[in-house]
Amino acid sequence: MSILTLIIKREFIAKVRNKSFIVMTFLSPLLFVGIAAFVGYLTTMKAEVKNIAIHDETGLFVKEFKNTEEYKYLDLSLIDVKILKDSIVNESYEGLLYIPKVADTKILESKIQYVSNDSPSLTFLDQTEDVIAKKITKINFENAKLDTLAIQNAEAKVSISLTKSSGEEGVKGLNEIKIAIGGAFGYLIMMFIIIYGNMVMRSVIEEKTNRIVEIIISSVKPFQLMMGKIIGTSLAGILQFFIWAIIGLSLMFAASVFFGVNVGPTAKIPPEMLHSAQQELAGTAQMYIKELWDLPIATLILSFIVYFIGGYFLYSSFYAAIGAAVDNETDSQQFLLPIIMPLILGVYIGFFTVMNNPHGTIATVFSMIPLTSPIVMLMRIPFGVPWWQILISIAILFGTFFFVVWFASKIYRVGILMYGKKPTWKELYRWLKY
Amino acid sequence: MSNILEVKNVLKQYGDFVALNEVSLTVPKGSIYGLLGPNGAGKTSLIRIINQITLPDGGEVIFDGEKLQPKHVQYIGYLPEERGLYKSMKVGEQCLYLVQMKGLSKAEAKKQLNYWFDRFEIQGWWDKKIEELSKGMAQKIQFVVCVLHKPKLLIFDEPFSGFDPVNASLIKDEILELRKQGSTIIFSTHRMESVEELCDDIALIHKSNKLIEGKLDDVKRQYRTNSFEVGIISDNVEGLMFDITQKYTVAQTNFKSLNDEIKLEIQLGNATPNELLHLLTQRGQVTHFLEKIPSVNDIFIKTVTQ
Repeated sequence: MSILTLIIKREFIAKVRNKSFIVMTFLSPLLFVGIAAFVGYLTTMKAEVKNIAIHDETGLFVKEFKNTEEYKYLDLSLIDVKILKDSIVNESYEGLLYIPKVADTKILESKIQYVSNDSPSLTFLDQTEDVIAKKITKINFENAKLDTLAIQNAEAKVSISLTKSSGEEGVKGLNEIKIAIGGAFGYLIMMFIIIYGNMVMRSVIEEKTNRIVEIIISSVKPFQLMMGKIIGTSLAGILQFFIWAIIGLSLMFAASVFFGVNVGPTAKIPPEMLHSAQQELAGTAQMYIKELWDLPIATLILSFIVYFIGGYFLYSSFYAAIGAAVDNETDSQQFLLPIIMPLILGVYIGFFTVMNNPHGTIATVFSMIPLTSPIVMLMRIPFGVPWWQILISIAILFGTFFFVVWFASKIYRVGILMYGKKPTWKELYRWLKY
Repeated sequence: MSNILEVKNVLKQYGDFVALNEVSLTVPKGSIYGLLGPNGAGKTSLIRIINQITLPDGGEVIFDGEKLQPKHVQYIGYLPEERGLYKSMKVGEQCLYLVQMKGLSKAEAKKQLNYWFDRFEIQGWWDKKIEELSKGMAQKIQFVVCVLHKPKLLIFDEPFSGFDPVNASLIKDEILELRKQGSTIIFSTHRMESVEELCDDIALIHKSNKLIEGKLDDVKRQYRTNSFEVGIISDNVEGLMFDITQKYTVAQTNFKSLNDEIKLEIQLGNATPNELLHLLTQRGQVTHFLEKIPSVNDIFIKTVTQ
């Protein structure tokens, strides 16, 4: 067995055997599901009545809306739309449903507006669209005098366009799942880098403070020790991710079977379910599950691994160098800050820029810069990224990684044999030249 | 090849600080070689270069006739002064790991470990964690790990620190046994009595330079002052003192004896011991006559404070 594999094996076993690893691996998915269930429970509890203003110029639809526990509909068709829109700001009502007077019902289908400064819930939109669609269909039936062929032609599909009172177009809920998955993966990779990077650092500090490092590096090169440590720890991380992926996929599978969605990337919602009675809850759940299967799951998992390896290697080389430079964890803080900053920047860009415009310039540029690319690119992938962009980003990431490893190993080599005082940045720079 | 190690004009710098200034050493095969010097003299830098932990900035190191290269680590055993083990790892696993790093197969490592654990009567420790052991116990394990692959060259940096007298003597016997089996030992220490006891050769490094090197006896010969300790019982002390102070430099001294005698240290200069002895026997009863051989301690202090 080569020395490098020997070191990798030891580091891997040392990490995996650690109690906190076992606890984290199996407890955190439970915790996650628990939190999700708790949040879900909280949202069902919310029963605050919301006022919805309706301005119906046709006068045909307003009677179709029945008050529910959650929504109270007000017929304000007599008041001018402009005034209504302005008074939304005063929050006297949640939103305004505006149905303009259009001669042709076909055109009306896409002319209805919902004006609100808060994003409406998916179920509310579904219900509203449903009510209007049914009414339009009914009108169409009458106009067509119940001709079967005409009924098929008359089948209406309503799509409400969302606007804020400022006139700005809003995002509809369909991207929700992509945002959630992209965000989750980006966040996960940041957490993995920080957690496993810290593990590498702690393990370097441990070897240094208990002085075993002197014994070890009389047999192996410091570079071998550093790489063995980084690789061994990363394998523990990948193992953990696989366990989570398997748990996650099995949960998705179980949920699909439970809600009767065909499993696989081409999953379709059975058409009869669409019009069934218990569509309310099940329909939403089905849609989410279908969306999940529609995601490029294989690409996501594969890119997670590739970006985790690249990003983790890059950052953990920094962590290893820092661990070598200091004598204890407290001293490491000043060096850690510049490392954590790009990670946080990546997450912010991911959440604010990528979510709004996944293929904009900022999102694209930061998904190329190696310090942020693992996070930003992973957040973009659910929205579909061209292959060449992913390839370039990976190439830059791994190129930088080799450079950084070389650089870190020089600091590491000197640092592990230096005891006593906390080095300054200037001294670290000087070590590069030893 | 009669030398296991030759260090030739080795230079090591850390920034502007010169840690080793063109140091050369020759370590004969089969010897116990004392590497002496005050703290910060450059001993550790030199040992790290021999262990290939760091590379010299100039000069070269020849190991057993070949230029020092990575494959040689398996022929060298190193017990650093600052040494430790993984606290939360089990003793057996840890030893296997460290020994396999030196190139032994797992089976061979296990066999050797069993032999040494039996020898030190520590078989019961295999499944214990290091943090459960005392410092002395951990050091025994470090010693085992260091010598287990039967290296041609062993480097001990302060091997006795932290051992109680019983274990120190056990380790000393093991060192002598290893030498008997053909290993060469480089021994870096501040404990001069163990240098006197064990070393055949010594080198003294001070402020990055080598000041002394050679067979211990040769070095001592070099530093002898032709002084003798003399004990004499005489009726005529004044006459005696008059005679010898005319010829030699004399000082009062002290040594253990059972007689009530005059105790003197006499520096002979160019004269021979026989001349002095002749003079003394005429003046009284000689009870003690011994050449004052410089101790390593004396040589060390004298050289370093010069």
